[in-house]
Amino acid sequence: MATTPLASRSVARSATKVRRGASPSGPGRRRGTAGTSPWWALLFVGPMALGLGAFYLWPTVRVFLLSFTESGPFGGGTFVGLDNYVELFQDPDVLGALRNTFVYAAIALLGIPISIAIAVLLNTPGLRLRGMYRTLYFIPVVTMPAAVGLVWRMIYNGEYGILNQFLGVFGIEGQSWLTNPNTALIAITAVGIWGGLGTSVVIFLAGLQGIPESLTEAASLDGAGPIRRFFSITMPMLSPSIFFVSVIGIIGSLQVFDLIYMMLGRNNPALPDIRTIVFLFYEAGFIQNDRGYAAAIAIVLFVIILALTGMQFWLQKKWVHYE
Amino acid sequence: MSETSTETRAIALASAPRGGDDSAERRQIFRHWPVYLTLTLGAIVMTFPFVWQFFTAFKTYDVSVKVPPVLFPDPWTLENFVEVFDTLPFAQMFANSVAMTAGRTVGQVVLCTMAGYAFARIAFPGRQVVFVLFLSVLMVPSQLFILPQFEIMQALGWVNTLQALIVPGIFSAFGTFLMRQFFMSLPKELEEAARLDGASVWMTFWKVMVPLAKPGIVALSVFTVLWSWNDLLWPLVINSDPDKMPLSVGLATLVSVHAVDYPLLMAGSLMATIPMLVTFMILQRQFIQGIAFSGLKG
Repeated sequence: MATTPLASRSVARSATKVRRGASPSGPGRRRGTAGTSPWWALLFVGPMALGLGAFYLWPTVRVFLLSFTESGPFGGGTFVGLDNYVELFQDPDVLGALRNTFVYAAIALLGIPISIAIAVLLNTPGLRLRGMYRTLYFIPVVTMPAAVGLVWRMIYNGEYGILNQFLGVFGIEGQSWLTNPNTALIAITAVGIWGGLGTSVVIFLAGLQGIPESLTEAASLDGAGPIRRFFSITMPMLSPSIFFVSVIGIIGSLQVFDLIYMMLGRNNPALPDIRTIVFLFYEAGFIQNDRGYAAAIAIVLFVIILALTGMQFWLQKKWVHYE
Repeated sequence: MSETSTETRAIALASAPRGGDDSAERRQIFRHWPVYLTLTLGAIVMTFPFVWQFFTAFKTYDVSVKVPPVLFPDPWTLENFVEVFDTLPFAQMFANSVAMTAGRTVGQVVLCTMAGYAFARIAFPGRQVVFVLFLSVLMVPSQLFILPQFEIMQALGWVNTLQALIVPGIFSAFGTFLMRQFFMSLPKELEEAARLDGASVWMTFWKVMVPLAKPGIVALSVFTVLWSWNDLLWPLVINSDPDKMPLSVGLATLVSVHAVDYPLLMAGSLMATIPMLVTFMILQRQFIQGIAFSGLKG
């Protein structure tokens, strides 16, 4: 079975395939098993094609159309052209939410060096209990974010939360982390990093184990110390994994919702200051029932994700090494 | 399949039987003490919240707000669990979560395996166009679909039903892509031999290819199970009737009623996380490989 770096590479490769589109060397020209009637394909692909068409492809078109309408009180929409978009970019709530989402995504990138460090430690030759450590680091990945959000909400509590008690031991004055607009976003991002660490550690560990020992040995023979070896060999060899984790990580960060929703109560004074873009989408679409506006917010999110991902694919040429 | 590669080697290394020179080994461990120390501190950070969650669930409210906080409940109480069931139709929510997870997973495994196989192995007119359309869905963030999906559910009269939780989730471009990649990596000789022996397309798929694709199917299942069990936004907008909610939305309801009764909230969140935690403990390798393979968290 493909190990992770392979998986990540195949994602990168498939993206090039999409770009190549219908060129003759594209996916699977003459790849069919000889003698299979194309009618079988209808049976095999038909149900999925219908479902994806109805629940995913049509909605993509529909949400574009919705974003040009204003929702009436009884659900009907009237065409308003680009009004929603014009309003959106003057709406301080939207601009604030965009800023918060970017801040969240930027801080969350700190998870990458942390998980590389953990993976390098886990990769120490002769290390015992490697499997146990990996399992423990992975637990937050399999636990429901809604539940985890509540646990951290209790830990962060300003009056009797355990975090403040812990900081008190070191003489650090605690505070009400989640109601203070200056700390709430950072506190939530920390939980986001904590929750995603297990996945990236496993990906980096697989990447590290794919680096041939002969390379590092040759470098040591040439007199390279551990730090030099790390930056000249390990990092370049690991760069496809780093690229993969950062692409997936940024896409996920831009869509953060569960943690914000669960960690901040509806009456939290910090809420207006740290809403993210998906949170605003939820409020506009399903609390205020302003479907057209919510659709426009979703489209903006889409464009941002597309732009940032495209930018990363463009930048990767400068720093990602594929053998 | 080289499943025996790095993953297994790591596990084999970690659990290798003690042997050789014991004192040399002890020296080795001693030399690495900073590594063990750092990893252990990290492991505490990763798991302590769950320890705290567990003990708090058995505390009385008064003990839970003590300053300085105490780790162990005194007295131990099951009151919080009882109250969760009094406040919410928790058993029903649990059943809904199970149904949502099972329905989506079974549906995706069947449909994605079939579609993935066709894209990998059956030549049909328009295959590239359809495949590119499928891939384009992968690029779109899931929030984009929610408003129109909500409209479709309204039109079907499915708001506040179990099928609203399940049906949109059984179709997946990602799963189809994953399975296609997997089938492409398999050798063609076996199925060609089966076809020459007179097996039908369906028999070849079902008896030869599906068994070979098991690792891919496991990865897809793990991913879908996790994503379904933890899903919050879609169930939150589509089902507002407590009897039709999954556990994630149940917890959101619980916190809106009892904002600071943490023992109660921990009892609820404990019951919501334990099933997935136990499944993970039993199927650790499948989980870790599945998530690493699909590279995503739900």
